[in-house]
Parts: sequence; C-alpha cells; structure tokens
Amino acid sequence: MSVNNTQVKHIAQLANIPVTEEESVKLAEAFTETLIVVDRLKKAGANKTAITHQVTGFKNILRDDVVKPEQSFTQEEALANAKSTYNGFFVVPYVLQNKDN
Amino acid sequence: MKLNELTLKESIDALDKKEVKIEEIYEDLDQVYQAKNKDLNIYLSVNKEALNEAKKASQKPLRGLPIAVKDNFCTIGLPTTASSNVLDGFMPAYESTVTKKLKENGGVIFGKTNMDAWAHGSSTETSDFGRTLNPRNIEHLPGGSSGGSAAAIAADMSIAAIGSETAGSIRQPAAWCGTVGFKPSYGRVSRFGVVSMASSTDSPGPLTKTVEDACLLLNAFAGPDERDATCNVEKSPDFTSFIGQSIKGMKIGVVYQDVKEIGETNQKLLQELNILKELGAEVEIVKAMDPHHAIGVYTVVQRAEVSSNLARYDGIRYGKDRSFFGEEGKKRIMLGTYTLTKGHADQYYNLAQKVRTLYLENYKELFKKYDILVSPTSPSYAKKIGASLDAAMFGELEDMLLEPSSITGLPGINVPFYRDETSNLYLGASFVAPMWKEESIIKVADAFEKNTKWNSWRNK
Repeated sequence: MSVNNTQVKHIAQLANIPVTEEESVKLAEAFTETLIVVDRLKKAGANKTAITHQVTGFKNILRDDVVKPEQSFTQEEALANAKSTYNGFFVVPYVLQNKDN
Repeated sequence: MKLNELTLKESIDALDKKEVKIEEIYEDLDQVYQAKNKDLNIYLSVNKEALNEAKKASQKPLRGLPIAVKDNFCTIGLPTTASSNVLDGFMPAYESTVTKKLKENGGVIFGKTNMDAWAHGSSTETSDFGRTLNPRNIEHLPGGSSGGSAAAIAADMSIAAIGSETAGSIRQPAAWCGTVGFKPSYGRVSRFGVVSMASSTDSPGPLTKTVEDACLLLNAFAGPDERDATCNVEKSPDFTSFIGQSIKGMKIGVVYQDVKEIGETNQKLLQELNILKELGAEVEIVKAMDPHHAIGVYTVVQRAEVSSNLARYDGIRYGKDRSFFGEEGKKRIMLGTYTLTKGHADQYYNLAQKVRTLYLENYKELFKKYDILVSPTSPSYAKKIGASLDAAMFGELEDMLLEPSSITGLPGINVPFYRDETSNLYLGASFVAPMWKEESIIKVADAFEKNTKWNSWRNK
C-alpha cells in the first residue's frame, strides 16, 4: 500500500492540519513506509477473530448523576485560557457567512 | 553522600528517625538541579513553592518528598505543555487525579519533566523544547516518552518520579536510564487530567530508584476514580505488602523472541535469570506470539486514537492553533485520520483490533502455565542522540518487546539487569503479569533487584 502526496493533502484537509507542498511529499514517503509494516497484519490470521476495543471487560461504569460544583469550571475558569473572548463567550471563526462579511 | 541520592524509602526512614531534615534534602536536590538541568534538559518548569508545601506535608505518607512529574499531567499553578508548542505556557484550571492524590498523600511536585511531544515517541528527542540527555552517558538518549522522568531518577534530580505509558513509555526509558519503571494494569490508575494520547492503553505509573519505591509511590495514586470510567472500581492492594516475599515455586516463562537485534541481550538476560532459580522459582524458555504484529496493532490503534484525541486542539478554548503541531504530531494525527476513513477502517483499524484479540488469547494460554513472563525491555542499550530523527518507526521498533503487553493492558515492570562498564549504559528486564496481578511481578522484580548487583542505588 502506498500513499501519494495528493492523498496526503486530502488527509490533511480532513485532519485540519496545515501542510506545505514540500511536507506533503515527505509525509507520503513516511506513510508508505509505515503502512508497509502495518500491512503485515494481514498475515496474522485474524480474519475471523472478534474485535477488542478495550481490555478490562468493564461495562457501564457510571457515577451518580449529580452536579458537583467542585468538579465544574466557573465561567471565568473556562474562559481563562481562551485566545479571544467576547461578553463571557469564546470567539470562534465564522462557519456561516452572510453577504456583508 | 548527598541526600538527593537517597531512595524514597531511605528518605522516609531518615526523616522519621530525625537523621535528616526535609530542608536538607531539598537543598541537595536544588544544588544538583542548578548544576545539571541546563545541560541535561530534564525539567521544563520547577515548583517554586516546593519546600513550603513540603513543610506542611511532614505527617503524610510521602513526608513532603520531592517528586518529578511528566509534563502531560495537568497541574494547577504549574504549566502543562506535553512538550508541545501547541500548549506552550498552558496553565490548566484543574488537577489530574494522579497529582491530586499524590499531594493528598504528602508528595510534592518538584517540577515537570520533558517528554516526547504529546508522548509520541521513545526518545524524548521529539520534544518541542529540546531533547533530554541520558545522565548515564550524555552522548545517548534517555528513551521515552517519559524520558525526563527517567533521567530525573538516573541523575538523582528527584527522589522519585511519575510518568505515563501507552506502549513502553515508562518501561523503555527506565531501561535506558538504568532505573525502575512500573506500568500498572490499564485501569489501575486514573487517566483523568492526563493529556490524552491513546485512551485504550494510556497508563500512568512510577519511575523510581527501587522496586519498593515504585510500590510506595503507586500506593499514593492508584485506585478507583469516578472521573475515569475505565478505572477499576475495586480498591487497589497495598503494593508494598508484596515486597520481600518468597518467590519459591513461582513459574516464570522467559519469552525468547528469536529476533536478530535482540540476540545478545537475550543471552545476557538468560544468564542473569539464573538467580531466580536459586531463589526457588521455576524458570523456562517459552515461545510467544511474534511481536512484529504488535507493532502493527499499536501503530494503527495509537494513530487512530491520537487523531481523535488531538482533534480538540483548535486554539480556541486554550492552547495555540493546529499549525503549531510538530512533525511527529502531524504525522500521527494524519495517519490516524487515514486509517479511519471510509474504505480503510476495515483494512486497518478493525483488523488491528482483531489481531489485538489474538495477543490477548496468546497471553491467556501462556498464563495458564506461568505466573509471570520476562523478556528484555528494549532490544539493546540506549541509542545515540539523533537516532530517532528521520526514522518513521523508531519508537515502534524500540518498543517491540513491550507492545504486546501494552495493547493487552497487562502490568509490567522494568528492572536493570546489566551495565556495560565502558559506556555506563544499562539493559533492563521486563516482567509482565496477568491483568490485576501486579503482586506477582513485584515479588519477582524485588527479589531479582535485591539479589543481583545491577541496581545502582542498592549497590553503591
């Protein structure tokens, strides 16, 4: 399995990672190298084996559904590390635009 | 002897007998920090209030002793960067469960240690804040990703340390730095407040001078936590109660992986393990599943979970934007994204999770016959600085012998088993037990440590 730099640029878009042309070539090589190792899994004989997502076997570990103020942020704490805030809200990039902006 | 060279147990005993004062321990520690940290690059930040906090903790189990903490544990009042520019200067608004419990038990954070950025690596060379050097030989790497914590122990720049492991990140740097590194069972220690990497295998644990120290420290932070739903709800045992126990009659399987790069290390380990026979254990060579497949499983599962976990770093609520990710971070996020895309999930992600099942089944079979398994921790000695650069699979290959136990969540411990006199570098043995059976590896690792000459603190 090999990956080319056009595919890398598509993945970069999906992953929201800015990648330069030069980087995309280098990354394509690295991915191809890694996938060669990963492709060996096909020889492990696991086709009919069940999938393991977690190893402890625990199911539905839940705590009581009560609000614990000491485990919650105040608005100030939640906003403390934000790059930009406005009236107690996070400022985020536009997703929808109208004609005026 | 300088007081920073004491083990955790020795420090507690000396304080209790009033042979030393806590101020004197901090004074000696500060001296070595001032003299060496700039060159070795172990600590990214230090706690200026450490001594004040220590004085208030004198009656608690850890007596206010200084502990180095990997920089991926969220700590109030100290920056938490995961060694990435994305989180440069980030001050968390909450405390990880591990450090919270550590403090409640009288441990004091001396400082936050360097690591591979986001814990992506096995060299501490991918840190955005420069590589850490191996205190045993500064031409070599400390391993990683908990390389700063392992180096803090090897340099006596802390009394004990905390790291985290996803696949080898506690045990491998411990091996390369000639220290003890203990990865408990997955779910034994809360992951709450640890910068997430691969959520299905991340396990915090101690890096220390002796096995007993590791148990003392683990006692302080293991156990249930309602804020981590993958945590075992049962109370942890007193891990120190397994120290100094007989290993007579225990069955130990030596996993002999016939891989060229490990040949010499395997031979040396076999020779050293004879002591376990003398102590009454049954030791025999056993064949286990090829570790190469575990590299593939780990690579796929880790990248996939990374791509999901690191999606939260958008530079809006905290940290910087995604252009600040380093090369390794970008690589892992993107490869994970690729293996989860439509058409590739079955081919990679689901297949990897199936092979993971094969490893679980293989261990189940092996543990029907053996109480614990042992192998070298790392194929060989610490690699030279620069070795990880431009090697796409550096960490995965270095951690080959640990990945099977990581992807299956088993507890494992590294203890030094050989020192090369010319290079002053160490080899480490990895003892692995069934899930929740930490007691078996503690007994054997402790017996091995006390009856061989390789622990540099016990054999000064």
